[in-house]
Amino acid sequence: MELFIQQIINGLHIGSIYALIALGYTMVYGIVKLINFAHGDVMMVGAYTAFVGITVLDLSIGMALLLAVIVCSVLGVTIEKIAYKPLRNAPRMWALITAIGVSFFLQSLIMILFGAGTKPFPSFASSPIKIGNLQVSQITIVSVAIAVILMVFLELFIKKTRLGKAMRASSEDSQAASLMGISVNRTISLAFFIGSALAAIGGVLFVVAYPQVKPMMGVMPGLKAFIAAVLGGIGIIPGAMLGGFTLGFIESFTKGFVSSFWPPATLWADAVLFSVLIIVLLIKPTGILGKNIREKV
Amino acid sequence: MKSNTTTKFLAISIITYAILAACMETGVSNGYISGIIVSILINIIMAVSLAFVTGYLGELVLGHAGFMGIGAYVSAIITMNMDLPMFIEFPLAIICGGIFAALVGILIGIPALRLRGDYLGIITLGFGEIIRIVLNNLKITNGAQGLSGVSSYSNFTITFIVVILTIVVLYKIINSRQGRVVVAIRENEIAADCVGISTFYYKTMAFSIAALFAGIGGGLYAHYHTVINPTSFGFTLSIEYLIIVVLGGMGNLFGTILAGIILGVLNEALRGFSEYRTIVYSLVLIAIMISRSKGITLQTIKSKFNIKLPTKKQRQEFASKGV
Repeated sequence: MELFIQQIINGLHIGSIYALIALGYTMVYGIVKLINFAHGDVMMVGAYTAFVGITVLDLSIGMALLLAVIVCSVLGVTIEKIAYKPLRNAPRMWALITAIGVSFFLQSLIMILFGAGTKPFPSFASSPIKIGNLQVSQITIVSVAIAVILMVFLELFIKKTRLGKAMRASSEDSQAASLMGISVNRTISLAFFIGSALAAIGGVLFVVAYPQVKPMMGVMPGLKAFIAAVLGGIGIIPGAMLGGFTLGFIESFTKGFVSSFWPPATLWADAVLFSVLIIVLLIKPTGILGKNIREKV
Repeated sequence: MKSNTTTKFLAISIITYAILAACMETGVSNGYISGIIVSILINIIMAVSLAFVTGYLGELVLGHAGFMGIGAYVSAIITMNMDLPMFIEFPLAIICGGIFAALVGILIGIPALRLRGDYLGIITLGFGEIIRIVLNNLKITNGAQGLSGVSSYSNFTITFIVVILTIVVLYKIINSRQGRVVVAIRENEIAADCVGISTFYYKTMAFSIAALFAGIGGGLYAHYHTVINPTSFGFTLSIEYLIIVVLGGMGNLFGTILAGIILGVLNEALRGFSEYRTIVYSLVLIAIMISRSKGITLQTIKSKFNIKLPTKKQRQEFASKGV
């Protein structure tokens, strides 16, 4: 039972990180219908920026986080302007290939700057808080708190502000939105800006949880966050959160709980994730919170 | 006319084969270069089979390498456990690998092809990763270490023949009634449905044909590299083939072949940049996609410069006027 609750806590921790990264995928997909494969690598750049901030510039973790957010949001907007904007009216698969190209570019850039090897991230000694027999590290509490607060803010921003309204309008029908005087270009930039900033925060939380950085570190979390976005219903912001936490729970349960009586479960954890994705897509092709849109002839 | 194209293609490929084989025989190209040629050939098999689903059927598939992995493992296990002469067991293994991959393709296709567009891409990505994880965990595939000591049967000649066969068969299928149905589904699925075409049947067919050739390509791969492990057949490899298909032009078999050759050569040519190779490769990729979306081709560049640059006569006139 304790193990069970412990895994719920772990699932919350990793799930909050996936959810933060998934938000970027979902916002971008909602407006430009592009699977931004470079998003996981933006997260990786965020992690490396924090790494440089702490080890070279001697910043505190808070300042390093801020630096990572600034670097990544600028990076995200720049990528959009240079690589994706010219392809906005091109066939969608071309934009997909460009996104993959950007992903390769970021990986190899970091590989040249920092080397291909794994580098240890300075870990934080935090005394775990004990509740009965349960141990909750402070990092977990901080991560979950940051993620939840950001998501609430984002949801309020999207629902209440003018810019948020512009965003929703552009994702519904960008042509109609531009006729209503909404600058779709600026809205798309904003989506990339917010998405990349959240990816940076996700990246920093990720390296604090698993204290090491490597150039390919963005690939797997990126893929999983993307699955989280699809699982919850891509283009829907609460869906990304739901998907992220679901994924976190599934992962920590197969790795931590099921493996306690069936050891090979850790090896099959990713297969379980993908199977859940497939089953959800087959039952509800637009994701858990997705609306079914009927195709008109 | 179609058979004419086939004859032409066969003639060109025989000439190409003769030139390449002569180069190898006379030692103009060493083992390293012939290794590159064989891997380009295998890439072409993979890319044209993917082009059939992605280019002609118009469905995004992000798990093509999974089928390659199945073909590679099945054929390798067959040749490793059989004690027959090479000319019997090798074709048998390759064909079994292909058929097995096609069967898995049908199994995956039946549920997956209900989805469309990006969702199909995502679900094939999921299946591709599951295949990789299964290969990684089974006893018969020797887990993460993979299989080593696979007989080195594939060589340049065999691979070349298989490539030609693959292209001709796919070309024939594309130009047959079935192929036209596949293109019709890409153009407008609802309209195809309305004229009484079982779109589901043809989509599954196209998917399994692509898987079949991917399995064959995997068999050749396994017997060329002699060492296979699950990580080689991951998501990145699927992406690599997708890049070839998109660069070659959707629904353009010969463009795909050309793109496969160009990217293979580019990849080797960039070795001189050593660690900067992937960075240059990715920049070239982005530049190609952007310039294509802007409609920039060699033709337009030429015509642009012809307009902008004054002719010799004009220049002389300008000079005489003292401009």
